[in-house]
Amino acid sequence: MMNRDSKTLLEVRGLCASVNAIEILKGFDLTVKSGEVHALMGPNGSGKSTFAKVLAGHAAYEITGGTVVFEGRNLFELAPEERARAGVFLAFQYPIEIPGVANSQFLRLTYNTVQAQRGKDELDPLEFDDFVREKMKLLEMNPDFLDRSVNEGFSGGEKKRNEILQMALLEPRLAILDETDSGLDIDALRVVANGVNQLATKDNAIVLVTHYQRLLNYIVPDFVHVMEAGRIIKTGGKELALELETRGYDWVGAEHKAAARVTA
Amino acid sequence: MSIANSSGYLDSLLQGQPRPPASPLAWFNELRAEAVDRVGVLTVPTTRDEEWRFTDISPLTKLSFQPVRTAISLQAADIERFYLEEAATRLVFVDGVYAPQLSSPAKDGGVLVTNLSAAVTAHPAAIEPHLGRHAEFRNNLFAALNTAFLHDGALIAVPRNASVAAPVHLLFIATQKEAASYPRCLLVAESGSAVTVIEDYVALQEEAYFTNAVTEIALADNARVNHVRVQRDSGQAFHIANCAVSLAHASRYHSVSVTLGARISRYDLNVLQAAEGAECAIDGLALITDRQLADSHTCIDHAKPHGVSRQLHKCIVGGAAHAVFNGKIMVRPGAQRTDSSQSSRNLLLTGRARVDTKPQLEIFADDVKCAHGATVGQLEAEEVFYLRSRGLSDATARNLLTYAFGAEVIDRIPIASLKHRLAQTVLEQTTLQR
Repeated sequence: MMNRDSKTLLEVRGLCASVNAIEILKGFDLTVKSGEVHALMGPNGSGKSTFAKVLAGHAAYEITGGTVVFEGRNLFELAPEERARAGVFLAFQYPIEIPGVANSQFLRLTYNTVQAQRGKDELDPLEFDDFVREKMKLLEMNPDFLDRSVNEGFSGGEKKRNEILQMALLEPRLAILDETDSGLDIDALRVVANGVNQLATKDNAIVLVTHYQRLLNYIVPDFVHVMEAGRIIKTGGKELALELETRGYDWVGAEHKAAARVTA
Repeated sequence: MSIANSSGYLDSLLQGQPRPPASPLAWFNELRAEAVDRVGVLTVPTTRDEEWRFTDISPLTKLSFQPVRTAISLQAADIERFYLEEAATRLVFVDGVYAPQLSSPAKDGGVLVTNLSAAVTAHPAAIEPHLGRHAEFRNNLFAALNTAFLHDGALIAVPRNASVAAPVHLLFIATQKEAASYPRCLLVAESGSAVTVIEDYVALQEEAYFTNAVTEIALADNARVNHVRVQRDSGQAFHIANCAVSLAHASRYHSVSVTLGARISRYDLNVLQAAEGAECAIDGLALITDRQLADSHTCIDHAKPHGVSRQLHKCIVGGAAHAVFNGKIMVRPGAQRTDSSQSSRNLLLTGRARVDTKPQLEIFADDVKCAHGATVGQLEAEEVFYLRSRGLSDATARNLLTYAFGAEVIDRIPIASLKHRLAQTVLEQTTLQR
């Protein structure tokens, strides 16, 4: 999806962030341009999900250094809802259940809120129903999920589909998918990946946070980044993920340390 | 409050006020006379009484309330907004007085939906075995006061195997300042019958008045009753109510009770599973704010084996309001295979809001399943963040979550229009609180 007219969507420089006074991100750099798909990999605790939550504006994370510029704006000056309206979307690793709120009601409220903020038309319940059913086909979702409470009693796979459905509705410029593949069986993975691929355009970008190469068989990344201890220590193409699948992460860390010694 | 003051207050209630006219039926007069005697013996509960620990009703005793003799004449246009489109029969009471011109009692085959004072002489056989037999008034001051002033109210009698499709709407409208009303409802569901009843307390103005209601519900074998109770009184009002339900073999009782109004309200719901295999589900929602106090005491008495009970009680407390819940589950000796679960969930919207919740299990049988849980908390930060990450403002996110918390109970009301209207009320009220 890379192209010559692509614009820089996201510029992260030296990002440091802590949760409960423990520093998780320690000088994180990343540039994402329109039309690109990035995969963010790395062992547990390396800071992948923290990065995802920091971008979405989770209050539990304190920014202690660095800058994040999203389409020319300082992202930290925006509240979480302003980021969403500006086009940042986080697909949650553990989507929240909201008993008592019908999924259709929730989806329409978020859709219309974001549409209004972007100066576009809102949809009434009937119009929205037609619209959302079309989008659900993309994810092979049963329309019954509209009438149920948000995520309540959904299986892991159904929750993830519902996340991507929200991405389809909100049409973000930058989507961060936090372990969207976890908990999916192989059929569900194919369906969800297929849905994501159809949403990828030359104007938007996707950051996949994942542990496993198998998602990347379906959503082919332009870049694969390996994180360790709060930073990206290696960047490569899609073949890097295959190498990680066979060799694990340790060699990347060792290589990084050796390189650091040489520079020192 | 000292006992001297207390009895002075009760004396003034009994002596200084117009008493209902005598009935031609001796047993009816005797019931009232016994209640008058009990009022003479009982005292006004104070916070020193365990059952009233958190609920100080002394503001009630500082005001003087008078029963209304003649109803204010209302037009249908004044109250139409309270009508429920699903209800085929409706009884309207204005300040406790039956309003026939606004009511549409049941006329068809067998099912009685009518005002009590007319029914008591026309159908004494249906009433005498039940009236005053379920709601204990000998040791309950407010039930005794209601019985002492017993005159009119609602009677619903559903004959054997009759199924009333459309819900029955009992609409109690308060219009007058300082009015005391003593509504009485009796619902008798004969064996195999089914009915849905809405007991609905509303106000036309923000005044201080006193409603002291008693409802008795008797289910015969295999009967099914849906009971929806909505208390949307004026924010200045005092509302004290007792409801007693008796369940015979394999009968099923479901109630949803919604408390929105009144400065001080107290609702006691006692469900007796008097025979084997009875089932009940009693759900409640209190949504209060400012300086409101809403106290809900429930007791499910599993007296016989194989009983099932389910209970979800929720409170959403804003402002400096105070919600009280006391949920007693009694499993009597020999009530084996009882299956009971109770859940008390409470949401505090402000730092000054308060809730006291007490599950109270008294189990005297050994082969039973009794689950209970209580939580008190604020909105989950993760839930708020999830909604904000979808573009909703912080306030909208919080309102939606608060609404959802209440909607879980509202959703259990089996009348679509009422459910919709109450959901709207919850949405509006939660929006106002921020």
